[in-house]
Amino acid sequence: MSYAKIAHEGLWKNNPAMVQLLGLCPLLATSSTVINATGMALATLFVILFTNVLISAIRAHTRKEIRIPVFVMIIAAAVTAVELFMNAWLHELYLRLGIFIPLITTNCMILGRAEAFASKNAIPRAAFDGLMMGAGFGLVLIALGALREAIGQGTLLAGAELLFGAAAASWELQLIPGFEGWLLLVLPPGAFIGLGLLVAAKQWLDLRAERRAPATAAPESTAEAAQ
Amino acid sequence: MTLLKQMALSGALLAAFAVVGAALLAGSHAITEPRIEANVRATLERQLQEVLPPGDFDRAVSASAERIDAAEQLQALGTRKPVTLYRARRDGETVATVFDVTTPEGYSGDIRLLVGVRRDGTVTGVRAVSHRETPGLGDKIDTAKSDWIKGFSGRALGDPPAEDWEVARDGGAFDQFSGATITPRAVVRQVARVLRFAEERHEGIYSTGARANAPQSDPT
Repeated sequence: MSYAKIAHEGLWKNNPAMVQLLGLCPLLATSSTVINATGMALATLFVILFTNVLISAIRAHTRKEIRIPVFVMIIAAAVTAVELFMNAWLHELYLRLGIFIPLITTNCMILGRAEAFASKNAIPRAAFDGLMMGAGFGLVLIALGALREAIGQGTLLAGAELLFGAAAASWELQLIPGFEGWLLLVLPPGAFIGLGLLVAAKQWLDLRAERRAPATAAPESTAEAAQ
Repeated sequence: MTLLKQMALSGALLAAFAVVGAALLAGSHAITEPRIEANVRATLERQLQEVLPPGDFDRAVSASAERIDAAEQLQALGTRKPVTLYRARRDGETVATVFDVTTPEGYSGDIRLLVGVRRDGTVTGVRAVSHRETPGLGDKIDTAKSDWIKGFSGRALGDPPAEDWEVARDGGAFDQFSGATITPRAVVRQVARVLRFAEERHEGIYSTGARANAPQSDPT
């Protein structure tokens, strides 16, 4: 699979959050503000990059029967390491994200990529796939965070100092003066509604692109079937 | 290869991966531990300073932690979770204390409060340090959302009178905020219980070298 295709798969066509709908627990729970979402996106990106490389590196040395426990062990170790480093260097953000950092272990996207891609490909491709899947997941997370924060509390980038240091405290934008937000978007149902809107928007864009260029869309799908 | 050999090989491989994983974690832990400890201490000290009168104290207030877990004392404080008592000393004299106390009466479970009480019984500050109250409604006890909780500063059991330490809905002197009564009620009652506790056990809490756990001088 070419690098361009890997990027297209991770960021758009097979996006873990909008198409595969994997990792919804952290996606829905930590997308209440842009900054929370960005912290979670970076942690997840780092974990999937790290585990994809490790799993690709050991793919010749493991055995088929025990591969899943080995993957889970590697993922759990990587997540715990990320948790420790966040606790040490991003303490405030660590306190905010709380239980959801260890829960990255249960993000099916990571085990899914380990099994479907990293265990069958060389290290550079596995690393790139991790990067693209992580970025695809992270960008959706941040977009959902922006949507919920903007409508839910009328701000953007509130609490930026947690992630970017004290100088970032002034980054917070008040979108409409006096608008206190529409509470529903901050509450859990808002996460589901927001994600639903994002998924629908993606489908709409895809359909529109297909209708405009039916000739180019068709060969691509037959090429895929042949793989 | 026999089945037994295969199993042994798989087991050995798994064990090897487990050892490598554990070694990685031990390494990360060793690197991050001092920083994490410093972070936890700094966060606690900053939270304590927020509910204490301004100025410096003899030493870090967080280092003076005393655990209160006797059943009878917890009952007086209206909680089941252990309470931590911190003393802020200036020139060897306890000028104020901070109770780290958890009330179970929140709308969505526990609310952990820091309640600062001056030697004369006035509140130096109250903060909700952890809670799961509804965003937009009960979470106004959080200073990130509203200044409501700062209204306790300077109040005491005589101001308003002890029986008025309730929210307005219950005929008391403290405003609840729109959309939430249970959350502010939990906070007001908990602060009142802490003040009563500090008043009743004043000597054990404030006199030099005292311990709240020590038997009271006048057992009845």
